Amino acid sequence: MKLPVYIGLLDEAEATLASSFRVVADGHGDEPDVHFILQTFAKKCDAHREALKPVIDRYGEDIEGEEEHRLTANGVKEVRSGPLALMLDLQDLYVLVNHIDVTWMMVGQAAKGDRDKELQGVVEQCEGDSEVEIRWLQTRMKQAAPQALLVAE
Amino acid sequence: MTDRIADIWGERTPHGSGQAWPERVDQVLAEGLTDGDVDRWVQSACVLCSNGCGCDIAVKDGKMVGIRGRAQDRVNRGRLGPKGLYGSWQGEQHRDRLTRPLIRVDGELVETDWDTAMGRIVERSKELLASKGPLSHGFYTSGQLFLEEYYALGMLGKAGIGTPHMDGNTRLCTATAAAALKESFGADGQPGSYTDVDECSAIFLYGHNMAETQTVLWARVLDRLDGPNPPKLVCVDPRDTEVARRADVHLPVHPGTNLALMNGLVRELFANGWIDEDYIAEHTANVEQLRSVVEPWTPEKVAETCGVQAADVRRAAEIFGTEDRVLSTVLQGFYQSAHATASACQVNNLHLLRGMLGRPGCGLLQMNGQPTAQNNRECGADGDLPGFRNWENPQHVQDLARLWNVDPGIIPHWAPPTHALQIFRYVEQGSIELLWISATNPAVSMPQLERIRHILDKDSLFLVVQDIYLTETAQYADVVLPCAAWGEKTGTFTNVDRTVHLSEKAVDPPGEARSDLDVFLDYARRMGFTDKDGQPLLDWSGPEDGFEAWKECSRGRPCDYTGLSYDKLRGGSGIQWPCTDGRPGGTERLYTDGEFPTAPEYCESFGHDLLTGATTGETRYKATVQPGKAWLKAIDYTPPHEEPDAEYPLRYTTGRTAYHFHTRTKTGRSRRLNAAAPDPWIEMSVEDAARAGCQEGDIARVTSRRGSLEVPVRVGDIRPGTVFAPFHYGYWDTSDGGAAAGSGTGDPAVVLKSDGGPHRAANELTVTEWDPVSKQPLFKNAAVRVEKLRSGDGPSKAPDTTASRRATGAQ
Ligand code: SF4
Repeated sequence: MKLPVYIGLLDEAEATLASSFRVVADGHGDEPDVHFILQTFAKKCDAHREALKPVIDRYGEDIEGEEEHRLTANGVKEVRSGPLALMLDLQDLYVLVNHIDVTWMMVGQAAKGDRDKELQGVVEQCEGDSEVEIRWLQTRMKQAAPQALLVAE
Repeated sequence: MTDRIADIWGERTPHGSGQAWPERVDQVLAEGLTDGDVDRWVQSACVLCSNGCGCDIAVKDGKMVGIRGRAQDRVNRGRLGPKGLYGSWQGEQHRDRLTRPLIRVDGELVETDWDTAMGRIVERSKELLASKGPLSHGFYTSGQLFLEEYYALGMLGKAGIGTPHMDGNTRLCTATAAAALKESFGADGQPGSYTDVDECSAIFLYGHNMAETQTVLWARVLDRLDGPNPPKLVCVDPRDTEVARRADVHLPVHPGTNLALMNGLVRELFANGWIDEDYIAEHTANVEQLRSVVEPWTPEKVAETCGVQAADVRRAAEIFGTEDRVLSTVLQGFYQSAHATASACQVNNLHLLRGMLGRPGCGLLQMNGQPTAQNNRECGADGDLPGFRNWENPQHVQDLARLWNVDPGIIPHWAPPTHALQIFRYVEQGSIELLWISATNPAVSMPQLERIRHILDKDSLFLVVQDIYLTETAQYADVVLPCAAWGEKTGTFTNVDRTVHLSEKAVDPPGEARSDLDVFLDYARRMGFTDKDGQPLLDWSGPEDGFEAWKECSRGRPCDYTGLSYDKLRGGSGIQWPCTDGRPGGTERLYTDGEFPTAPEYCESFGHDLLTGATTGETRYKATVQPGKAWLKAIDYTPPHEEPDAEYPLRYTTGRTAYHFHTRTKTGRSRRLNAAAPDPWIEMSVEDAARAGCQEGDIARVTSRRGSLEVPVRVGDIRPGTVFAPFHYGYWDTSDGGAAAGSGTGDPAVVLKSDGGPHRAANELTVTEWDPVSKQPLFKNAAVRVEKLRSGDGPSKAPDTTASRRATGAQ
C-alpha cells in the first residue's frame, strides 16, 4: 500500500507551501494585499497539517524513497527583486498550490476507494482551500501582468 | 430657525409610524439681507454629504447670498443641516479661490492661461501614450462632481485612452456599499428608501454616526423617536454618539470586531427561528453555508470577542428578529474596518433571512459618504463599467463599444479595475507617470500620509490637479486647473436612496475657473479622441448633452435613467431611479418581488470570495447561480491584522464631526463652521486619559507604527481602550502653511513642516491595508500609544454638541 507515501508527500508539500507563502508575504510587504492574504494562506497550510496528523498516526508516514518520488522543487526560499518579481514569485506559488491541489485530489480518490471517512473529511476541507488559493493567485496575477509586462521598468 | 451650530438638528416636527414627514423650511441669507433683497432663487441640492437635501440658492447681483431647503423635496422636506446652511455658498467665496491655471516653472507654481496649461497636459499625455501606452495614465477623481462629469471622465479614460487605472475617493467612502450590494444581490443599487424611516418599527445603525454624517436624515429619525409609536433603535458604535444616546440597545464593539457581532446576530435569528423559511427557499441561495459559518458565534463568544454584553447581543437580535418592519443603515464604522464587505453582507443577510426587503419600513440603506458617490459608481469613473455593467461579461463590453462606436478592445476589461491604493502603488513604482486628480485631496484623506506625500512628490510623476482651492495635494502638482464649484455649474447627481436632483448654475465661476466637465471635454478634444468613424468621441456641447448620452448608456440596466430629463427634474422634488417610460414617477423601493439581478447575463459581478477577494469567474458562477435569487454569503471572523500590543496598547479609529466635510476645503473656509470645530483633537476615555497622565486640553502625542499626531486631548465618553481622531484636518491652514496656500505659490515642504511637522492629520497614523473585496482602506483599525507632551491652556476645542462632548460627569 503506497497511500502512506502520498500522505507523506502531502504533509511535506504543505510544509513547503507554508514556508513559501511566508517568504513571499514577508518579501512583498509593500503590497499589503499580498502580504496579508499569503499569511492567511500559510495558516491554512498549518491547519491542513494539523488535520493530517491523526491520519498519519494511523497510516504512518512512509518517507522511504521519498527523494525519487518527490515532484516539487524546494519551494520559494527567497523573493526576487525587480519589476517582474511579484509576478514571478506568485507564479511559483501557483505551481506549488496546483501541485498540492492535485495531490489532495489523488489522496481523496484513494480515501474513497478505501472508504476512509476520516481522510475523506480532511480532503474535503483542504481541497476547497487550495481551490480558493488558486483563484486568488490568478486574480492577482491577472491584475499585475499588464502593468508588469508593458510599462514597468 | 434656531441657531444651527448649537442646535444641529433643529426643532422637532414629530411624526408617527406611516405618517408623512412634516415640512420645515430652513433658510439662511447673508447678513443684513431679507427675502425681498433676493433677485432670484435657483434650484439645486446640497453637496456637503450623501443625503442630497433639495435646496434653492439665493442670488443677488450675480452673487450667491443664501440657501433655503425645498419643502416639496422628498429627501428633506425643506430642512437643511449646519453644513448646508453655513458652508455651501459661504465655503466657496473665500479669497483663496483658484481663478487662473497654474503650472510649475523652476519648482514654483506660477499663473498661466488655459491654453498653456492644457497644452502642457496634452503634450505629456501624447508623449506617454506613444512611448508607454495607456497604462502609464491614471485618473483619481471624487465623490463630489456631477454625473455628467463622471460619465465624460469614464468615457475618455475607457474609450479615449483605454486605461483600467481609474478610481475615485469613493473608494475611501462607499466602495464597500457597492461591493456588498453586488455580492448579495448581483448588482449595485440601494434597496431601500428614506421613506422607510417614516414606516419602520425598528431601526439599526451599524457603524453609522448618522447624527453627524447626515444630520437631516437624523432629524427625520429624531422626529420618529419623539413621535407616537416610535421605532426601537439599535446602535453599533464604539463611541457614545448621539445615536448611541438615543438607542434602546448600544453595542460599543471593539473596532475591528464587527464581523464577530454580525455572525452572532445572524446566528440568533437561526437559533430562535426568527427567519422566513418560504422567502429563503424562494429567493435566496446558500442558506446552509451561512448557517454553518455562524454556528460557533454564540452571544457569549460575541461578548468576549467584541467587548459587549451577551444580553445586549440577545436583545438586539430579538428586536431584529421580532419587529415587523426593520430598517438598517450601514456606514464607515463597517466600511472602513476589518472584514468590511463580509460584515456589510451580513446586514444584507439579516434582511434576506427575514424577507425584509422591498416593503415599506423594511429597508436597507448601504450608505454613501459623499454627495455624488453614487454617480461615480454608475458612470464608471471609479473603474467599474458604466451602467453597472460587468467587466467579465463580453456582451456587456460589446454593448458599450456599440454605444460609443469604438473597438471593444480599447475598453479595459481584461483585468479588474485598478483600485485607488493600487494606482498610487503604480505611481510609487514609477509605472504610472501621469496622474490626474480631480476634486479630491489624497494628501490628507489617504492612509499613511508620509508615504502618500512621497508618492505625490516623485520626480517621475506628472501630476494634474483640478480643484477649487490650492489643496495640500494641489501643492505637489505640475499643472493646477481652477474649477467651478457647486452653484457655478449645472449638472445632476444622485443621493443614497437613488434620488436624482438637478443642480442649476446660479452664478458664474470666479476669474477664469471652468466647470470640470468643460475641462474633460477640452482635454478629449485636444487629444483628438474619436470613434470608429473618426467623429469626436465626446461631442457634447454641455451638461444636458451629457445627461442625454448617459440616459442611453443606462437603458435597460438597474440604474435606468431613461424616463428622466432636465425638464422633468425642474420644479418639483428629486426623483428616484430607475425611472423609465413604464415608471415615469421613479421607483421607491427595489426588489419588491424578491427577484434579484443575479442572472449571469444581467448581473454586474460574478462575485468574489469574501475572505481573499478571489474572483468567482464566469464558469463557476454559471455553474452555481440560481438566477433571480440573492446570495447569502458569509465568512468566519478572524482578528484584524493590527491588534493592540504592549508597545501600542490602544485601538485607533478615525471619523467625522457634524461641522466639517471631507478635508475642510470648503467647510474650513466657512466662518461659522470653522469656529464650531477649528482644530483637531484626540478623544480618550476617562480611564485611558488618566493612565496617560492627560487632562482635558493637554497636548498629547499619539504614535502608531507609521507616524504621530500632536493634538489636544478631549476626555470623552468613548469606550476605554479606543481613541478617536477626526480625519478632516490637514495643513493648509496651519500658521505659515495657510499663508503659503493662500498665495498660490505654496511650497509643500513649508506647509508640512510648519508647526514643527506634519502632526495634525489623522491619516498620519493609519495603515495601508484594504478590504480584499471592496478594496476600501481600513481607516478604523490601527494600534497606537498616547503620551502627554505638555499641559494645555484650557479645554480642547472639540465640539461639545456632538459625540465629541466631554465625558459625562467631567468638570
Ligand atoms: S444633511 Fe447633508 S445634504 Fe443635507 S444640508 Fe446637511 S450636508 Fe447638505
